[in-house]
Amino acid sequence: MSASIDLKDKLMSAEEAVRRFVKDGDMIALGGFTVNRNAMVIAREIIRQGRRELHLVMHSHGQAMDILVGAGVVSRLELAYGGTGRFAPTGIRFRKAVQAGQVQVEDYSNFQMSLRFLAGALNLPFIPSCSGFESDVLNREGFGPELRGRGRIPSRKAIITDNPFSPDREPVVLLPALAPDVALIHAQFVGEDGTVRIKGLTFLDIEQAKAASRVIVTCEEVVPSTFLRQDPDQNSLPPFLVDAVVLAPFGAHPTACHYFYDYDPRHLNMYRQVAGDDNDFRTYLKEWVYGVADQEAYLAKVGVSDLMRIKANSSVGYAPGLDRR
Amino acid sequence: MAHAYTSKEMMALTAGRLVKNGDVLFAGTGLSMLAAAVAKRIHAPQSVVFFETGGIDPALKELPLAVADPRVMAGTCMNSGLLDAFSLLGHRRLRTIAFLGAAQIDPFGNINSTCLGDYHRPKVRFPGCGGACDAASLAFGVIIFMQQEKKRFVEKVDYLSSVGWLKGGNSRRQAGYKRGGPIAVVTNLGVMKFDEQSRRMYLAACYPGVSPAQVAENTGFDLDLTRAGESAPPSQEELTILRREVDPQRLILGPAPE
Repeated sequence: MSASIDLKDKLMSAEEAVRRFVKDGDMIALGGFTVNRNAMVIAREIIRQGRRELHLVMHSHGQAMDILVGAGVVSRLELAYGGTGRFAPTGIRFRKAVQAGQVQVEDYSNFQMSLRFLAGALNLPFIPSCSGFESDVLNREGFGPELRGRGRIPSRKAIITDNPFSPDREPVVLLPALAPDVALIHAQFVGEDGTVRIKGLTFLDIEQAKAASRVIVTCEEVVPSTFLRQDPDQNSLPPFLVDAVVLAPFGAHPTACHYFYDYDPRHLNMYRQVAGDDNDFRTYLKEWVYGVADQEAYLAKVGVSDLMRIKANSSVGYAPGLDRR
Repeated sequence: MAHAYTSKEMMALTAGRLVKNGDVLFAGTGLSMLAAAVAKRIHAPQSVVFFETGGIDPALKELPLAVADPRVMAGTCMNSGLLDAFSLLGHRRLRTIAFLGAAQIDPFGNINSTCLGDYHRPKVRFPGCGGACDAASLAFGVIIFMQQEKKRFVEKVDYLSSVGWLKGGNSRRQAGYKRGGPIAVVTNLGVMKFDEQSRRMYLAACYPGVSPAQVAENTGFDLDLTRAGESAPPSQEELTILRREVDPQRLILGPAPE
């Protein structure tokens, strides 16, 4: 990765970002959380370009995970939770794929996954934790011995040992660090120098980006560097950690992006319906992924009235009174 | 005076009544958001709600439908991230109470939110433990929401996602947990609690119109019924706040009572 801090070298289309920075078999960290700030533009582009055998790593993820799994481009997942809250308490395509044995899953907890990304971000080999003793989350391995110790998959899921600093031999859980190939982040702002600012909750995006070898950031707005440097306390990532910046208004749709738009209940409800049926889901992919060349075509298909419906009010960051049934 | 109400309304209010003023509440999706929001508005105004995503003490003018809903980020004392949220969850200075839900529960409050059947090729896959495993590990106490059915109240869970009192007695402490454990299970029929010594579940209260025998019929293991009382029905004030202020669109409450 170059240490360039000139956005000219990094600003590119989603097509170029995926072509250059996402490879078959990559371990991909998904930023955002369930219904918020999913990097949907990149997820759809990955499907369009036909990447294969991806290994997704995340804490709790929803829409991007579900569509990638549904499109058949994912072989393995490490996660704590797969769903979109009330819209799909369990991700529909995720559930189908796991039950059909089409993907291999390794379950961790949210805290455990957070710590694993943090360890990766700090370049630590592993990290201790005190969560999950005697649970199946620690006792059962999802990945079999044929995968263990290969590529980026650690030789063990977790190790329970004695705290070496305690005379009482109290137990401690050691978790392997995560160092993904790529992190996919959706942010509100990227400066002309490549500085990233995420508004609202940052979830674990900052650690995920720092843990990854390559970082793709999609953003609502590209702004002058001076705008972000006036209040640097608010910034999330320095420019030199970012490889690709994709300007993508409404880039998290149908998930939310704080201060820009709410999640889209109509789309998420429609998705839940079509995802339940294999044929309907194929039609969905044809219409909403393969059938739209870029974000502009995608937004034209969503339509002005739905985009206006979810537009956030600046006072609260979401769309007050939005019909979310 | 009797008012018509649904079992979901009763569950949210019952769990809300278990909250003490000043508690720090770790809320998930669904009923737990109702319980926390209603408690804060009625008897626990100084309690604070926070979410594992990092939203701390949001205004909750509108009901969040997921812990990453932008509504958990509005009017907060601060917005942070997962690591900050987990630092609060297990903080030794805080009486953190976590609300959890699950697909299966055993007599010691161990719960499953991961799968039914074989883990590698499950009959039914659920979302996974999310932050529940951590809340069950680190919080001061846990309140669990369940639908009371034989297939959900089972002798042994198919997958132990989040630890309760483990095998009962002192086993939770011996496993390495410094505090915590389930306080109560709130269902559509009543409230179960856990014996101080054995840590086995017993029926603490039935809702009005529900008999202990009815609870036993919907439980897949032996349940001590001898300590069962009756819950007070919802007051008009509780129902009004729940329906008008907390969930006016009935997003989580579902259909209104007939």
